[in-house]
Amino acid sequence: MSSRLPQGGRLIDRSTRMAFTFNGTPMTGFRGDTLASALLANGQRLMGRSFKYHRPRGVVTSGAEEPNALVNLGRGDRLEPNQRATTTPLFDGLTARSQNHWPSLEYDIGEVNVALSRFLPAGFYYKTFIHPRVAWKHVFEPFIRQSAGLGKAPKKPDPDRYEHFYAHVDVVIAGAGMAGLQAALVAGRAGLNVLLCEQEGHAGGRLPVDGGMADADGWIEGTVAALAAMPNVTMRLNTQVSGVYDHGYVLAYERIADDAPGSDAPRHRLWRIRARHVIAATGALERPLSFAGNDKPGVMLASALRDYIVNYGVSAGDRTVIVTNNDDAYRTALAIKAAGLDVPCIVDARPEVTGDLPARARAAGIEVKTGMGIAEVRGRKGVTGVRLCRQAGSGVPVEEVACDAVAMSGGWSPVVHLWSHCGGKLTWDDAGAFFRPDHARPPTNQDGAGFVTCLGAADGALVTQDALSNADAMARQVVGALGVKPAAADLPETDSVAEAPLMPVWVMPHGAGPKKRAKMWLDFQNDVKVSDVQLAAQEGFESVEHTKRYTTLGMATDQGKLSNINGLAILAEARGAAIPDVGTTTFRPPYTPISMGAIAGEARGEIFQPLRRTPIHDWHAGRGAYWEPVGYWRRPYCFPQEDESHADAVAREIDATRNGVGLLDASTLGKIIVKGPDAGRFMDMLYTNMMSSLKPGRCRYGLMCNENGFLMDDGVVARLNDDTFLVHTTTGGADHVHAHMEDWLQCEWWDWQVFTANVTEAWAQIAVVGPKARTVLEKLGTGIDLSAEGLPFMAWAEGRIGGFDARVFRISFSGELSFEVAVPASQGLAFWEALMEAGGEFGITPYGTEALHVMRAEKGFIMIGDETDGTVIPQDLGLDWAISKKKDDYLGKRAHERSHMTDPERWKLVGLETVDGSVLPDGSYAIAEGENANGQRNTQGRVTSTYYSPTLGKGIAMGLVLNGPDRMGEVLTFNTTEVPERGGPPKTIEAQIVSPVFYDPEGEKQNV
Amino acid sequence: MRRYSAFAIAREAARFHSGWDRAWRSPTPRSAYDAIIVGAGGHGLATAYYLGKNHGLTNVAVIEKGWLGGGNTGRNTTIIRSNYLQDPSAAIYEKARSLYETLSQDLNYNIMFSPRGVMMLAQTQHEVRGYQRTAHANALQGVTTEFVGPKRVKELCPIINIDGPRYPVLGGLWQARAGTARHDAVAWGYARACSDMGMDIIQQCEVTGITREGGKVTGVETTKGAIGCKKLGVVVAGHSGVVANMAGFRLPIESVALQALVSEPIKPVMDIVVMANTVHGYMSQSDKGEMVIGGGADGYNNYTQRGSFQHVEETVRALIETFPMLSRLKMLRWWGGIVDMTGDRSPIISKTPVENMFINCGWGTGGFKAIPGSGWAMAELMATGGSPLAQEFSLGRFREGRFIDESVAAGVAH
Ligand SMILES: Cc1cc2nc3c(=O)[nH]c(=O)nc-3n(C[C@H](O)[C@H](O)[C@H](O)COP(=O)(O)OP(=O)(O)OC[C@H]3O[C@@H](n4cnc5c(N)ncnc54)[C@H](O)[C@@H]3O)c2cc1C
Repeated sequence: MSSRLPQGGRLIDRSTRMAFTFNGTPMTGFRGDTLASALLANGQRLMGRSFKYHRPRGVVTSGAEEPNALVNLGRGDRLEPNQRATTTPLFDGLTARSQNHWPSLEYDIGEVNVALSRFLPAGFYYKTFIHPRVAWKHVFEPFIRQSAGLGKAPKKPDPDRYEHFYAHVDVVIAGAGMAGLQAALVAGRAGLNVLLCEQEGHAGGRLPVDGGMADADGWIEGTVAALAAMPNVTMRLNTQVSGVYDHGYVLAYERIADDAPGSDAPRHRLWRIRARHVIAATGALERPLSFAGNDKPGVMLASALRDYIVNYGVSAGDRTVIVTNNDDAYRTALAIKAAGLDVPCIVDARPEVTGDLPARARAAGIEVKTGMGIAEVRGRKGVTGVRLCRQAGSGVPVEEVACDAVAMSGGWSPVVHLWSHCGGKLTWDDAGAFFRPDHARPPTNQDGAGFVTCLGAADGALVTQDALSNADAMARQVVGALGVKPAAADLPETDSVAEAPLMPVWVMPHGAGPKKRAKMWLDFQNDVKVSDVQLAAQEGFESVEHTKRYTTLGMATDQGKLSNINGLAILAEARGAAIPDVGTTTFRPPYTPISMGAIAGEARGEIFQPLRRTPIHDWHAGRGAYWEPVGYWRRPYCFPQEDESHADAVAREIDATRNGVGLLDASTLGKIIVKGPDAGRFMDMLYTNMMSSLKPGRCRYGLMCNENGFLMDDGVVARLNDDTFLVHTTTGGADHVHAHMEDWLQCEWWDWQVFTANVTEAWAQIAVVGPKARTVLEKLGTGIDLSAEGLPFMAWAEGRIGGFDARVFRISFSGELSFEVAVPASQGLAFWEALMEAGGEFGITPYGTEALHVMRAEKGFIMIGDETDGTVIPQDLGLDWAISKKKDDYLGKRAHERSHMTDPERWKLVGLETVDGSVLPDGSYAIAEGENANGQRNTQGRVTSTYYSPTLGKGIAMGLVLNGPDRMGEVLTFNTTEVPERGGPPKTIEAQIVSPVFYDPEGEKQNV
Repeated sequence: MRRYSAFAIAREAARFHSGWDRAWRSPTPRSAYDAIIVGAGGHGLATAYYLGKNHGLTNVAVIEKGWLGGGNTGRNTTIIRSNYLQDPSAAIYEKARSLYETLSQDLNYNIMFSPRGVMMLAQTQHEVRGYQRTAHANALQGVTTEFVGPKRVKELCPIINIDGPRYPVLGGLWQARAGTARHDAVAWGYARACSDMGMDIIQQCEVTGITREGGKVTGVETTKGAIGCKKLGVVVAGHSGVVANMAGFRLPIESVALQALVSEPIKPVMDIVVMANTVHGYMSQSDKGEMVIGGGADGYNNYTQRGSFQHVEETVRALIETFPMLSRLKMLRWWGGIVDMTGDRSPIISKTPVENMFINCGWGTGGFKAIPGSGWAMAELMATGGSPLAQEFSLGRFREGRFIDESVAAGVAH
């Protein structure tokens, strides 16, 4: 049984009790406990079930690398799946449930998979479930899906908030263990800007647990205080450096309120850091040993067992057998003894064991069995004993030792993830049997220099004294490379014990047969065993990547932190190759999983993207506008009154505009200033039309094509003065068009004297439209002559209207008499309200985008995005008139000469009217005879816009049709997606080709 | 080849699976082959497979510089659909989709094709019209799709937030027989079948040069020596420009990073694939329980296979808006692949200026779904000199302006 010890526990506060529940059972722990230490203290060793076989599992580690002890934390909308008990700080009221079992943790039906495991080796699903075909979708797959997965997802939206912090520092240091603290001292004293991040809630790392410094806690406390006193050093606890990216970009993940659900603090904070240098003082992780039954609850990493004793005053068992291939695990034996518990024996695979630590263990009365290994762990849901064998043989048991816990140590691996994220290379260290950073091949920055340094244990210096001097020396190098002279050295005293070399042990016992190997776990969570990796190699999955994918080794939530090296070694053995020749997989961020909420940050709901508002936005909202998102803008689609339908509202708005006066908030239209001596020349390249000849005071409708000749935007250009144009773009196109201009100016025509500025938001622009438009404006009072002669169609003027500074453009997208009036944005709302008031007597009516669309379609005006789709050229739309024949060049000209563009068979713009007056379906195609070579029905045209026209009382449409303009009057058959009657032919609809201008073809109304 | 089946597994279980053969042989290259395929990604392997299966050509080698299936075939988010807008695209993707339906049986390898349905959300009026157009086009192309309303969207995917606040769901284009498959298995299954037909799959062998005589291809130079061939098919995705350069011509291809990520595994919450193009993101749940997430490609060219954080941030934001439950899940893994993009975002399956040398590339962000169809067409083109499925995807289209632009239909194309 695991239990709380009567004393000890440097991180817990025994005076503050915390109540929590696990699977509904009330338990208590102390402040400072993790959920894992508290569960162990309550005798709860069984904490979860594995992924594939649903094996009963207990905690194996004490940190971020934990594969087994994952819980559903919290409840309701604060439920969080797959939370590691080892990194979850205990708090009062915590509720946790174990995962992946039914009906309960103790009795799980899924455990039948254990019995079936022989039939479920690596990759079994590729070899079976092939027949019958339908069964995969309906039987096998649903079953596999249900039994896989771990925790449960919350059902409701997340009530918590998240935020991003930005930091620019000289050095970011990951890890506030001994090495990280020393590095922070060096960099801090040198005056550099330092951000020190520690993933745990306390500094010091393994130092106080592993020893090597007489007053470790004192040194840590002193160092933390010294750092706190430096204004140029910031230290953050509970903050993990989770990823390193190109150009010194670093992400850190701070957990702020995980232990205070419902508080008003953000739950997580993502640090977005730009650093000149990254120091990874991330330590090392212990590796398990591969022996039969190494996954049973009660088998733990030796270091973890010692952590629980020293840090939390918790023992994992009363009688613990230690199994190891190195000296370090003897520290665990000593810690257990010191806590007053039993260590029946230390099983050491090495044939000879000398050295200080073993001597101390022997002196403490612990028996050391050399050259031995574990043949098998006894017990089902927990360890009851171990059978021992010679490490050298095939595993014939020589004795059985009763125990309730096993502490294993297969050596240590430096945590090199942050080094590798951006391409740092590794080298194999034979003595330590691990990969460590290859200093000659670091990840490089924009100048080609290395920008990440691993130090201390992360650099492979595992013994205290080595780690400290390594950290100090490497940190000095970093400081020097950043151009600062480090201060004089100041290293604390250490009293490290010399350690004898480890003996790599990848399988225990060495000659274990297939039956045993099928019980040795490599990846605990995903249930990948030694036998699986061997099978993969046998079947030709020889690269690490293949093996990983075939067996799922290292793909669990711990990302192979425990299993990578062990798996690699087995693969190397199976292939008869050396480990470094087999290679290693790529480490990618994040170091441990981080919440999606933190990645998204504050951008939620309404503000999940920037929301652009016109000055009149709130007025629209107050009138119950039905919104349509257009880019980041929101535009009123229509203004329904009371229980009016959208269609009725649109019809009313059109009627009011065509017969009286309507108002459109056109502020979202792009407005870009193009200015400079070469502005005219530039405009001529940008547009297919001739723009340089436009006179100040006049407007011209223009077309913009991309390099491939396709129409990308259209709009009215006004010449403000000799060297200034005002370009109007579509709402959605403004940013893109501006970028397009800058692209050409910066990359190709960098010597042209032209400046551009996007002034879209500087102006409110209101279209006053309809027969009464002029009357309303004149009523407001203006010095501008708005008469047909004073301000003719396609002219603009500047002046005051109703006390507002305004520019008036006499342009029309509706076919009505229309003035687009721009006033400074700050005046937009007031001007709009003034218009509403002045127009009251004429029934002035605000209208939305849909009325705008219908009115332009009635007039046969094209709409970018409807008549165009990136494959349409101006010539297709009958807009040849807008393509200047006089110019040598414009963007798209060369493309327009390509054979496919001049093909007489291109589809061209026409109007369409159904034979019965109904509305053609959107996007419908005109059917032609026969099929193409691929058995698809031939087509001869398509609908590009289709509306019910309230003005004409019937459906109208525009479309692109093969030789369309030459086929006026012809009736085409269009397809529909309506479901035909049973057995009946697909439903179609007939429409006649007509002129696209349905309303006022002579343009009399707009010219009055 | 030993056939795979439940019985075979049971038999092997008795002897601890010691009797399984290699899934594919690992031969040393011969001096010459009738045809060489460069690149053992899905497209290259499928090309070889259909050369053998449909055209009886089995004296074939597939040459791979790394490990088979280790390129984008093993990095993608496995969406398979054929609801494309343009005729040539719909034809080849639908061919591929229908081949996927029986691929497990054809290859005797469970590639786990899961026709769970793909929903493409319409969240603006513009998208509604766009997808209605696609639905009409699909009806005539023999691709079964349906434009459905928001209620049906919610029924098919209860975790979706259909009412806003920024982009309420207005409907969706639903293809019920679209879905996903296990990407690695597709490569492995084809490789095993090719090897079984006697073809040589040569891994860890990089093609470094292309030998020609009088404008005709005669073979390749590789890190394992020179190998002769009568016909050469280059199917190397992101590295196409590099290999074309060896043969002295240029391709209209740019290479950019496309990123994807998965959450930690959770119990099933989502049975279908959802793509939300307005907000830029898509998601499905794998059989392991991970939420598989992707978004748009990075806006700059590179070869690093590392994308920028800002793109992932945008994608995750978009998906939390669409699926609020996602917020409390954690991102487990995050990776990128270099995708080969053409100007019109459609592939190239074509003859080249070098006689008897063929190229298949430009699948960009969405070529996993095409693997069987692309292999079929490429094999036909190589064996017979022409293929109706490949016809429109020739290199010549860039000269003539005959683009096949799919961005019309969807901002994010997977
Ligand atoms: C993140 C991401 C998500 C995606 N999601 C989807 C999706 O959901 N649905 C979808 O349909 N598609 C998706 N795709 C696209 C899809 O992955 C690719 O289009 C497809 O896999 C390309 O396959 P391929 O065989 O052409 O290329 P690859 O699989 O990349 O194969 C090319 C092979 O050529 C080899 N090679 C290169 N140069 C040489 C040489 N000189 N000598 C020898 N060998 C060489 C490479 O090593 C590689 O193995 C996604 C892509 C990415 C990156």
